[in-house]
Amino acid sequence: MTQTACKIRGLEKSFGQNHVLRGIDLDLHPGEVTVLMGANGAGKSTLVKVLCGYHRKDAGQLELMGTPFDPADAAEAISLGVVTVHQNINDGVIPDLDVATNLTLDRLTEPGAGLFVRDRELREQARRVAEGMGLTMDVRTSVGDLDVADRQMIAIARAMARAPKVLILDEPTSSLSATEAERLFELIDRLRGQGVAILYISHRVSDIRRVADKIVCMRDGAISGIFTEAPLDYEGAVSAMLGHRMTDVDITPQQGADPVLELRGIRLTSDAAPLDFTARDGEVVAITGLLGSGKTKMAEVVFGLSQPLAGKMQLDGQVYSPAHPRQAVARGVFMSPKDRGSNAVIPDFDISDNMTLPFLGAFSRGSFLSGRRQRRATDAMIERIGVVCQGGSDSILTLSGGNQQKVMIGRWLIEPSRVLLLDEPFQGVDIGARRDIGRHIRATAQGRATIVFVSEIDEALEIADRIVVLHEGAVAGEHINQNIDLTALVSQVSGPAWEEAGAEG
Amino acid sequence: MGNERLLNFAIKYGFLILLAGLILYFSLAAPGFASPRSAVFVLQSVAITGILALGVTCTLVVDGFDLSIGAVATSALMLSAYAMVVLELSAGMAIVLCLLMGAAVGLVNGLLIVKFRVPDLLATLGMMFLLIGLQRIPTQGNSIATGMSLPDGSTAEGTFSSTFLWLGRHRLDFFLENLVPLPVVVFLLIAVGIWLFLGFTRQGRLMYAIGSNERAAGLVGTPVSRYKIMAYMISGVMASVGGVLLAARLGRGDIASGTNLLLDSVAAALIGFAVLGAARPNAFGTATGALFVGILLQGLTMMNAPYYTQDFVKGAVLVIALVFTFYLSSRRGVGGH
Repeated sequence: MTQTACKIRGLEKSFGQNHVLRGIDLDLHPGEVTVLMGANGAGKSTLVKVLCGYHRKDAGQLELMGTPFDPADAAEAISLGVVTVHQNINDGVIPDLDVATNLTLDRLTEPGAGLFVRDRELREQARRVAEGMGLTMDVRTSVGDLDVADRQMIAIARAMARAPKVLILDEPTSSLSATEAERLFELIDRLRGQGVAILYISHRVSDIRRVADKIVCMRDGAISGIFTEAPLDYEGAVSAMLGHRMTDVDITPQQGADPVLELRGIRLTSDAAPLDFTARDGEVVAITGLLGSGKTKMAEVVFGLSQPLAGKMQLDGQVYSPAHPRQAVARGVFMSPKDRGSNAVIPDFDISDNMTLPFLGAFSRGSFLSGRRQRRATDAMIERIGVVCQGGSDSILTLSGGNQQKVMIGRWLIEPSRVLLLDEPFQGVDIGARRDIGRHIRATAQGRATIVFVSEIDEALEIADRIVVLHEGAVAGEHINQNIDLTALVSQVSGPAWEEAGAEG
Repeated sequence: MGNERLLNFAIKYGFLILLAGLILYFSLAAPGFASPRSAVFVLQSVAITGILALGVTCTLVVDGFDLSIGAVATSALMLSAYAMVVLELSAGMAIVLCLLMGAAVGLVNGLLIVKFRVPDLLATLGMMFLLIGLQRIPTQGNSIATGMSLPDGSTAEGTFSSTFLWLGRHRLDFFLENLVPLPVVVFLLIAVGIWLFLGFTRQGRLMYAIGSNERAAGLVGTPVSRYKIMAYMISGVMASVGGVLLAARLGRGDIASGTNLLLDSVAAALIGFAVLGAARPNAFGTATGALFVGILLQGLTMMNAPYYTQDFVKGAVLVIALVFTFYLSSRRGVGGH
């Protein structure tokens, strides 16, 4: 290996109390694709943001081609040769302009650019850039008319026009189909040949298998594993990414009584296999899997937020096909969504109004709300799940993340439910609140089926009677939560495709 | 901390104290200001604006905005005149037509915003233009009065019925004879009604939830679209009530009246954010905001301030109120954590 393109030593970054990067050491070499893996909150996006000049580092050294590198803003990072293509493709292109303008936009802002745009010349330049990238479309097409993959290519081509030394791709295949992704991989191969150091962030097995020269895992703000030897140990990488400390929660798995919710032949995406699943009365089922494994999609289908492509659902033996969350709630299917900040918290309301929001009808006479009844129910729930606050009239925003989450979950425990869906209930929740919530969910589990969607295996082990592993929209494995074979579980999370890869190669 | 307590106190009661101070000052400085007649005059001057402002408050609550209220009010004014003078309908029919028109405009606004995804400001701006144009077509841009000549050559024979005019001009006895005009009573009734609806019913609470976090409100099963459409319909109906009262007061379909209605009522609703430190739309604040502007103008007029300074004064009040709401509240937000 010649020179190191980007050398990171002891990189640290904190936001207030929150120590996000705790001493990262990492080398990126020219002509090498480094895949970066990490669960939500592991710090990988912060790392990327430091590299692309969005955040300043607190401590540590960064070197680019042997010279110190400390970009003050994104423009400086780009001019020094670190270019990032973000997950949201439309951030990288201007959809209303044509391909030629998109590819040459930077020339227009260069100092010394003339007042008038010389279209013919720009088109010629753009054509050369496009050919260099193996793009075949007419440069006069409007970018908005292109498909997602082509737009992504344009975004990358724009990035490449600046001849970067390091290219960062953040989940580039998240909105691409398999064939579109293949075109992206060909482009990556080409760039690798040109000696660009590529940092590639993804969890998709198929991606990683196809492009990775090296896998780096992050966990809790530190590098938890580096895998460089072929064949790459993907399972080891997933295991390093998720970690599984043994938990000190004792669970005696419940069998569950009659089936409450049954999914038969549900297809979540067009390229996913049909999914069968049953949740029983009194049991807590954890659905786990990597990002994009279909967890959220499954929760949405059960709660009536999106429709499955095929298959049927039954609730207590009756046909169940909600078209809207309202219908789901009316049948006793409740969901506490993930990302409470954008999906659940009403920031202008106090605890009491937030807690009673779904069932205001039960707290009113005619149309008129009874503040007293709301407060009584809220105080009882605050007591039951241990929300730390002065009282129900505190603003929701004065609470810590864990306590806010308790309110959001408590909201759905006020009325009895048949199916309770909890999507990432432990997101941004400290360990104490996490234990409280888990204990309370298990204590109240009788009389309903509880389905918890979590990415972290630890969390599944802490709360569930049964763990179901999803992989690419299909069930990859199922375990009763007692003396679980963790190696098998982890290998199911990472997906069967890995072993096939070995066979093919 | 003393400082923080003071800040909280200023945010909460500052505006009401300012209002009380104004009243006190004008009472001392302008003889005759502190009399029932003068108070009623203030109320009368803000009644119609206030009714419109209460309607637009409902759309602000769901994080929307209705720019078409002024145009709806003038359309109702023209429609009621046209119904009685040209079509020779009864007062009751004219009023029903106007309310239906207001509801229909609100429905269209709501559908444009919810179903066709047109941003609220643009949808209601478009509707405003459309209505301003539409109300001129039947009369070829003329005002409507008994005896006017119609496009077909005949003369309009109908008249504003006395029942209709009674709505705008009758005064109830209250302590003094013929003191309180009916529009003021209507304004106060609507203010109490909207206050109860937004503040104390579950529908009102859900509307605030939608305004604060629409996604979260939808994810607990709230029919978000229906509530948003309802907010625009309330706004449309309120505006048409305002228009009917204006027509009843004027007694003719005056094409040029009601030009200031939109700005005045939006200002009242926005000033209302500052009342009691609510920092969000609320009916009590809106009514107080409307009164505040009315009292200020009445006082200044009685102290011989020229009429052309009025808009300047309103603008200044609005800007101060907005600073109250947004700057002070944001400082409180920072201080609280």
